[in-house]
Amino acid sequence: MSYLEINNVVKQYGAYFANDHITFDVGAGKLFGLLGPNGAGKTTLIRIITAITRPDSGTVKLGGKLINDDLAGSIGYMPEERGLYKKMKIADHLIYLGQLKGLKKNEVVANIKYWFDKFEIADWRNKNVEELSKGMQQKVQFIATVLHKPGLLILDEPFSGLDPVNANLIKDEIYNLNKQGTTIIFSTHRMEQVEEICEEIVLVNKGKVILNGNVDQVKESFKENKYLFKIAGENIQNPLPDQFDVLEHQDNSMIVKSKNGDNASALLRAFINQGTDIKEYREILPGLNEIFIKQVTTKESL
Amino acid sequence: MDKIWIIIKREYLSRVMKKSFLLVTILAPLSIAVIAVVGGYFASSSSGTTNVAIVDEATVLKNYALPDGNIKYTILDGNVADLKLNYIDKGFGVLVQIPKMDSLGQAKLPLKYFSKDKLSISNISKIENDIKNGLEAYKLANSGIDPGSIERLKIRVNMENALSSDAPSGDNGAVKGNTSSKLSSIIATALAYAMGFMMYMVIFIFGGMVMRSVMEEKISRIVEVMISSVKPFQLLLGKVIGVGLVGLTQLLIWMILIPAVMFLVAQIYAPDSASMVSGPQAQQAKELYDQINTESGSQIMNVIKEIKSFNWWVILPAFAMFFFGGYFLYSSLFAAIGASIGDDLAEGQQMMLPIIVPVILAFIMIPSVLQDPNGPVAVFGSLFPLFSPIIMPARLPFDPPVWQVLVSLVFLFASVVAFTWVAARIYRVGIFMYGKKVSFKELGKWIFYKS
Repeated sequence: MSYLEINNVVKQYGAYFANDHITFDVGAGKLFGLLGPNGAGKTTLIRIITAITRPDSGTVKLGGKLINDDLAGSIGYMPEERGLYKKMKIADHLIYLGQLKGLKKNEVVANIKYWFDKFEIADWRNKNVEELSKGMQQKVQFIATVLHKPGLLILDEPFSGLDPVNANLIKDEIYNLNKQGTTIIFSTHRMEQVEEICEEIVLVNKGKVILNGNVDQVKESFKENKYLFKIAGENIQNPLPDQFDVLEHQDNSMIVKSKNGDNASALLRAFINQGTDIKEYREILPGLNEIFIKQVTTKESL
Repeated sequence: MDKIWIIIKREYLSRVMKKSFLLVTILAPLSIAVIAVVGGYFASSSSGTTNVAIVDEATVLKNYALPDGNIKYTILDGNVADLKLNYIDKGFGVLVQIPKMDSLGQAKLPLKYFSKDKLSISNISKIENDIKNGLEAYKLANSGIDPGSIERLKIRVNMENALSSDAPSGDNGAVKGNTSSKLSSIIATALAYAMGFMMYMVIFIFGGMVMRSVMEEKISRIVEVMISSVKPFQLLLGKVIGVGLVGLTQLLIWMILIPAVMFLVAQIYAPDSASMVSGPQAQQAKELYDQINTESGSQIMNVIKEIKSFNWWVILPAFAMFFFGGYFLYSSLFAAIGASIGDDLAEGQQMMLPIIVPVILAFIMIPSVLQDPNGPVAVFGSLFPLFSPIIMPARLPFDPPVWQVLVSLVFLFASVVAFTWVAARIYRVGIFMYGKKVSFKELGKWIFYKS
């Protein structure tokens, strides 16, 4: 079931199309990646989803209803450029932002306590934002985003500027929230993160959707039928019939490519028949990074 | 509405609870007091002992008692050529030579003086005045005219507006006049300046505060988080109202503290009121002071009576309306500029020019408006909505026609709506624009962007 439906969204600035008929769905409870190079129109799209700006045409539906200001209250958005009021105490700051999301003060206080304990920053509650380290500010920013228990969480480059320890901390919380049913959209151009976290992706470039689907399926559809073999001994021999090309041939490993589609069984059989002791065998799927670059550059050259 | 209220609360409290706010709010009246005390001290003590030697070649001051005060006169015998070499040794600061007069009827007598230090203008005019009085007494005494008959020829005229005291209010359709006596026009002028100046300050200080706050939100990028929870207009309105309330709080505290402090200062340290002012005004002030004193006994009672006689029930509410109107009009424009410039303050100054110029123009107009409170300049200034928040309050103590006040308010509030609309349109685009050099043409385009 789709939780977020984006249908033919167009946003134009002068003659420039920031979003050019963008259409895709995000399933309820999914971890979804919104990918694209800088200037692809990701931020514009997010602003349309969060009702900050309105599209020139097209619709955005959240839980089956057209997006509006009230509905935007059930979205948590962490922008790429983080910002907090520097002179405010962090507890006061979170109460303020929570109230603006429509929470009552006692609800906010209870939620803040939960998150402060979780991130072990309760001692800092009365410190001004400017006294905190960058990493600490990021945590506060994250709390501010999830404080009102949004159904849809939009995180724009959530790990930028975080050290590995804090990045993992936030990542764990993202998984946690997702387990509890929160739909999460990641906006990023860091492919390894998407590969690790997301189930589905949409790739946009120059305001247009150029790829959309399940991560595994996307990889599957872009695979080039490459396989890797490693053997126990040295001197790997080539037992292969003609329909395979050898791309790389080292002492104990080989990368081959099938000329006529997925043919892993035939490949394995050939090696086994030869009596080779196979140590490792796997299909080489293209990384999202590769697909991303290929898609962006080929579409651009068209 | 709920969210605007939350924003107002934060904008207000975050400023009022700051130490610097308390400091400024309390220190400003105190520093005024300090300036008054120090100024008064210097005014009364600095000119304490100027010893002036006079060489009276015309022998006109022989039978005349020169006044005794901060300047001490001594008439010396001998000639100027000798004395100018040793007047300092004899303990004098200034040596004045009164040359022989050609005739009794001489209308002009140039005096020469010698002084190592430069004499202050006020001291020069005081000495000139004292000698002039002496010369006039001499001329009178030698002209064969009876001084008594001269006194009898003098008459003092004092014009009072009869309408304020006699006529029942509203009797003849005219606005109740009460600005006629000298004292009341002085109080009215002071009030007019005070109100005009207050508006000028409010627009710059608190309008500037709104602008800086918008810029900070934009630069720190918090605005992006805010706008995902509230509409740009809510944030703008909450901020403008919150900062406005801060201004109002400060003004109210000052309205109580400043008179209180001034009263205390006057009690502890009461310099002679005439010596506070020097130079030619001193004469006028003293005359006025004497006049008030002789004619109605207690000066303070008279001032209180005059202050009471103003139409406060009209002035205060009208001033409040112009305060809010003017503040909203200008602070929303400041907010629009703040949103459009980002962190480039130098560029900001250029963008602020169209806002600053009308405010300063209006302020400069105040003296000519007060000269003729119902003249064409005054009427134009108090109807034109960019000037009226400053000009109309300045006119209020002079009982401007009611229709003008009403029309001015209608114009002002219509402009407030229009300008706030325009400012909000610019604001909502500006806060998300980074690294783009803005021009007025660009701002014009933003107004018509779809949201």
